Amino acid sequence: MTQKLKPVDVVIVGMGWTGGILSKELSQAGLRVVALEKGAERAPKDEYSVPSIRDELKYVIRHDLMQNTARDTITVRNNISQEALPMRKLGSFLPGEVVGGSAVHWSGHTWRWNDMEFKVRSMYEEKYGKKFIPADMTIHDWGIDYAEMEKYYDRFEYTAAISGKAGNLKGTIVPGGNPFEAPRSRDYPLPPLKPVLASQLFNEATRKLGYHPFPRPSANASEAYTNPDGSKFGACQYCGYCQRFGCEANAKGSPHMTVIPIAMAQPSFELRANSWVTKVLKDPHSKKVTGVTYTNLLTGEEFEQPASIVILSAFVLNNVHLMLLSGIGKPYDPKTQKGVIGKNYCYQTGTSATLFFENRNFNPFMNAGGSNDTIDDFNTNWDFDRASRGYVGGFMLAGGFNTNLPIGYRPVPRGTPMWGTAWKAATSKWYQTAMTITSSGNVMANRYNYLDLDPTYKNALGLPLMRMTFDYKENEHKISQHSAQITNEIAKSMNPTHVNQASARSDPWTVVPYQSTHNTGGTPMGTDPSMSAVNTSLQSWDCHNLFIVGANVFPHNSTYNPTGLVGALAYRTADIIKNKYLKNPGFLS
Amino acid sequence: MEQNPTQNPSPNQPLGRRSFLKSATLGGAGVVAGASASQSIAADKSTESQVSSAQSTQLNESAQGYVFLNPEEAAFIEALVNHMIPKDEYTPSGVEMGLPIYIDRALAGGWGKGDRQYTQGPWREGTPSQGYQLPLTPAQLYKAGIAEANKLATEKYQKTFDYLTSSQKEEFLISWQSGKLTFSSGINSKMFFTILYQNVMEGIFSDPIYGGNKDKVGWKLIGFPGAIAVHREHIDSYKDKRFPNKPISISDMS
Repeated sequence: MTQKLKPVDVVIVGMGWTGGILSKELSQAGLRVVALEKGAERAPKDEYSVPSIRDELKYVIRHDLMQNTARDTITVRNNISQEALPMRKLGSFLPGEVVGGSAVHWSGHTWRWNDMEFKVRSMYEEKYGKKFIPADMTIHDWGIDYAEMEKYYDRFEYTAAISGKAGNLKGTIVPGGNPFEAPRSRDYPLPPLKPVLASQLFNEATRKLGYHPFPRPSANASEAYTNPDGSKFGACQYCGYCQRFGCEANAKGSPHMTVIPIAMAQPSFELRANSWVTKVLKDPHSKKVTGVTYTNLLTGEEFEQPASIVILSAFVLNNVHLMLLSGIGKPYDPKTQKGVIGKNYCYQTGTSATLFFENRNFNPFMNAGGSNDTIDDFNTNWDFDRASRGYVGGFMLAGGFNTNLPIGYRPVPRGTPMWGTAWKAATSKWYQTAMTITSSGNVMANRYNYLDLDPTYKNALGLPLMRMTFDYKENEHKISQHSAQITNEIAKSMNPTHVNQASARSDPWTVVPYQSTHNTGGTPMGTDPSMSAVNTSLQSWDCHNLFIVGANVFPHNSTYNPTGLVGALAYRTADIIKNKYLKNPGFLS
Repeated sequence: MEQNPTQNPSPNQPLGRRSFLKSATLGGAGVVAGASASQSIAADKSTESQVSSAQSTQLNESAQGYVFLNPEEAAFIEALVNHMIPKDEYTPSGVEMGLPIYIDRALAGGWGKGDRQYTQGPWREGTPSQGYQLPLTPAQLYKAGIAEANKLATEKYQKTFDYLTSSQKEEFLISWQSGKLTFSSGINSKMFFTILYQNVMEGIFSDPIYGGNKDKVGWKLIGFPGAIAVHREHIDSYKDKRFPNKPISISDMS
């Protein structure tokens, strides 16, 4: 028996960065907002505090802050000829399930995606010709541009306490920053983090080779900081427990210590944790939704929450799943290429090399989430000629550390025995004397990579699981080959005692081990409703009061971490709702 | 084998997958209730095993025995961790480090019961890309896998794993790790080995509150400082220098 609740102005589904930003902005504008989050609320002073937070087994290995796959998961397969099977345990990616979402356990890497992504098809066609883009690569221009996004990136960077070094201030290239970034109106709110030895060695080596290294911009406050909303940050302690952990020092920009508490102070806002939204309710008589259905996970009771505006801001995959379960928008079919829900699901690719230096001490346990230097020479450097390599996109390379704890990180030269005294000797010798160079490459949308509902498997509420059909295509293999080659060239130039060389990825995508939580797409944005699920205002093409905000609206994936753009889009959507939609409810663009 | 009675069926009776699952499930239920210390079988061991059992007897008394592992399983795990982690100039033995206690507690707890594992059928073998697809929880997998490994050891050496000589153990583990052992149940032997090996590493390098890494010897082996909270000053003062090897655990700070 579903209990119908009192209507509100806005219901927000999922309480990470996106839901937190929108909750704050819309409740401060006087709207009655209810936010529903599947995970529990955790009090930082009790849950993200020393010593208990310093527990690799609990948080990294056992996934204490992550989605519980016993209750809800996805099914996976590499291609449409296979039978999809459930992801029975987390592995390749780790969605957060807690108030604050994945932004509690993220590392904080924050980037500005630019027109190379937003105008991907037109820019590549113009430079390389129409034939350069493979027929099955379903990329399209997003319908937004960097100039419009700049102020929203700025807003997010100042909210989340990004430490970094500008490389392009209003068109002037600044030494030490990323010379390939798009122009920014002002520098980052905080100076870069203190470098670690590995990032310094990488910086020196790449500079010698003619590349342009810079410190990675990250939401790890390099100094104590108060953001424009008055949220207070401590200085990063370089504790080495960043990725997968809540931050004890309040130094990692996260919604649970910034926008969410501000929203919760508004009388017109209510957060309901442990609330699992299962359906968005469409009005059969109009192009509108009427609210959502959710289950209180503490009691099992089902509720209907009517609302004038519904905003989906859960993890990428959960937003798409909810659209499929709600039957709003036509599901994508790779055979006919008709339909849009589930389309353009993308991921990322990567390679890495490990460098062993007999006489160095890297102290791999002292670092911030963003303790690395990066080069963008093969990424946002538009002048880098892709023609000879024959791929769309590129890769970035980084040298440094992030959360290198010993259950998961024990580098030894290849060929070392896996146990016994010889294993101990090597593990003891190399844990502190090795460093890694890692690459991150983009995945372009492909006709055959998509999301739909699984025909067989169900979640704990009896609803169909979402099915992921994904594999790397020729474009990604070419990027992987190139990135492995450049990685190995840089590694060799650093003259280490041993190298475990990077090798190009050639095997299919696999659900184990961990690779990246940068899943994107499934409800792509765009200007053409036959190719996109939401318009450039992030409204569902089918229901104008349904906004879908998150990396699921990216029509393809870049090499960059998604959060900078996700945060910027959340601020932009808040502006659109406050300044345009409320005045004139209907389709905006 | 007669020296080491188990609740699992005789290795001479090949099992189909369904009957195998049934026995694994029944065994799991019975053994948790009837947990006993490994010392009960120590008297019949070879010289090498007697050493390890004597050590484990001491440890077990302080750690109050096993919650999950039955005597055969305990003997197997103790022999395995002492072979992988021998007492040498780097560390005490695997048993002295508490690794069987770590594994026992992990299997008895939420993880062993598959608390975050999607367990609904139907079950298919799947491709390697699709990951773990067995209907077994980790605890059920251990019961089945240890019985299978002992059965194969008995077929080849006429002794269960814990009775093998050091060189026989090495030969057996190398063969197992490289995927050359075939379990008659159809369970992928290498997949079980991967989980077993991961659990051994967890026991060495997780915080001592979980029963392994006794006296933080795993952390001391590599110079990992443990649960220490702040390195803001150290990031400069210890750049390219060794940090003092005095790890701090959660219980040290509690």
